[in-house]
Amino acid sequence: MALPYSKRLIELFLSPKNVGEIPDADAKATEGSPACGDMVQLFLKVDPETKRIMDVKFKSYGCASNIATASIVTELAKGKTLEEAKSISWKDAERELGGLPLTKIHCAVLAVDALHTAIENYEHQHGLLKEKTPTTPEIIIQRLKRVIDPRKGVDVMRAKTVKDVVVENGVATITLNLKQDEEFAQHLAQEIEERISPLWDIEKVEVKYS
Amino acid sequence: MKVYLDNASTTVTDPRVVDLMLPVFTENYALPTSEFIHTPGQMVKDLVEGSRKSLAEFIGAKSIEIVFTSGGTESINLAIKGAALEHGIRGKHILTTAIENRAVLDSVRFLKRMGFDVEFIPVDREGFLDLEFLDKSVRKDTILVSVQTVNDEVGTIQPIEEIVKIVKEKNPDTLVHTDATYALGWLPFNVEGIGVDLASFTAHKLHGPKGIGALYIREGAKIAKIIDGGYAEFNMRGGTPNIPGIIGFKGALELVVSNEVERIRRLRDFLYKQIEKNITDTVLMGPKNFSKRHPANLNVSFKYVEGESIVLYLDMKGIAVISGSACFSRGLEPSYVITAMGHSHEDAHGSIRFSLGRFNSEEEVIYTIEVLKDVIKTLRDLSPLGGN
Repeated sequence: MALPYSKRLIELFLSPKNVGEIPDADAKATEGSPACGDMVQLFLKVDPETKRIMDVKFKSYGCASNIATASIVTELAKGKTLEEAKSISWKDAERELGGLPLTKIHCAVLAVDALHTAIENYEHQHGLLKEKTPTTPEIIIQRLKRVIDPRKGVDVMRAKTVKDVVVENGVATITLNLKQDEEFAQHLAQEIEERISPLWDIEKVEVKYS
Repeated sequence: MKVYLDNASTTVTDPRVVDLMLPVFTENYALPTSEFIHTPGQMVKDLVEGSRKSLAEFIGAKSIEIVFTSGGTESINLAIKGAALEHGIRGKHILTTAIENRAVLDSVRFLKRMGFDVEFIPVDREGFLDLEFLDKSVRKDTILVSVQTVNDEVGTIQPIEEIVKIVKEKNPDTLVHTDATYALGWLPFNVEGIGVDLASFTAHKLHGPKGIGALYIREGAKIAKIIDGGYAEFNMRGGTPNIPGIIGFKGALELVVSNEVERIRRLRDFLYKQIEKNITDTVLMGPKNFSKRHPANLNVSFKYVEGESIVLYLDMKGIAVISGSACFSRGLEPSYVITAMGHSHEDAHGSIRFSLGRFNSEEEVIYTIEVLKDVIKTLRDLSPLGGN
């Protein structure tokens, strides 16, 4: 058989570990989008004293590599402290899987990104940031670059879906070049809200339509 | 159980066709290079001309209108580049659609680089070309219109007769080519009735061998030769012909019986009905009116799950299908056919093509449905988008 996948990858694809959601998760992150063909959602339960990852679960929309790498990344992260988990890289995931085809590296990157974003979100929300930089529109734009416009398959900044970003008194206002009744508008607003609201000094995210 | 449902990519060569071909390797191996050839050559000549006559009769053409090639891709290249080379002085305008086979798209892209003016006729959500747009687009300098008879990914059957009529009314000098590689033997196809100038065929989508195709060139339609090297095939294609393939092509045509197409059509309909009955949140890709759809094609997108995972899972259970997911293209882009039809990337990623053939049984289809139900459920359990 000449499938470019390792035995371990196929095993994990067929029976992935740590699948599911954590309803009372301490942090959560979503990376990718259905429009891109890959999406990982990751949930963390963290011990507030030791800052150790007590539980981690994931859900995945994507190909075999996506599912298998998400499984590996959750296994690697479980039991580690947040600091230790931060150093997990896609190369670790690739090594554990016994190699990945070149075109599938982005799957491993996606799963690792989801872990790192979840940790970052946790730090924002639990006062663990070393430097409390006030959120600027630039910081928000960086985060928006990870939100995909489902109509175009590229991020909302590149797709010019975002018209304007304003931060004022803990309120982030994002104006979209969209009508509120457009097919994907609600879904997009929700994704933007999830992406921006974890920032430590943001109390409210408002999505407006033009 | 092993279930092969990728017959639109290629079919198994029918063993009866292989039996016809074998003696051509070991006994009738000579080349009919000239009219006055030696006896071994004469015998092969008769065989080749028998095949040519057989294909000509099958499509309502004359023998002299059939040129054997190495396959559908070569036929399409010859038709499109040959037409452009021959008529490029008269005009540069070429019309086609964005959902054609790669051989068409790559050929017109090449011509565009050579200075031709290539325009794409839009298609609707079911893949049908916009006839009004076509009517408005044919110009005095339009030298070629190329539209497939049927799409192998989503099964859409184009109204080729009407297309030819529209084009010829606007400009009788415009050549019309149709890629009929997935139509031959599956759909009624008669060049006289349709009125096309050029039509590309292949044997391997019809349980014939790979490496053999043909181009119909209407008597009087002129195109340039693109493969030089001798006078073979009415001086339209140089090189040694694939004679075992030519003999196999005839064998494949002789095995076509219309009640078999009807049996496959019923099997396909059954597969779709069972998917609809057992799996929620699916999107049918291609025509909803099944009379305008290839009888062996089904293309369904499963919401909330991604195609490569479905394909791999089915493969583990012995079922071979393909997907329009980005993972299946070298460029990591979802199916250009489905996106050109105006569907979302997400629906393209979740699309699965089931294409049936002569050797699929009802038992296989029932097994496929059972496995598919489980696979979609398992993957939707895993999906952050839900579905179960």
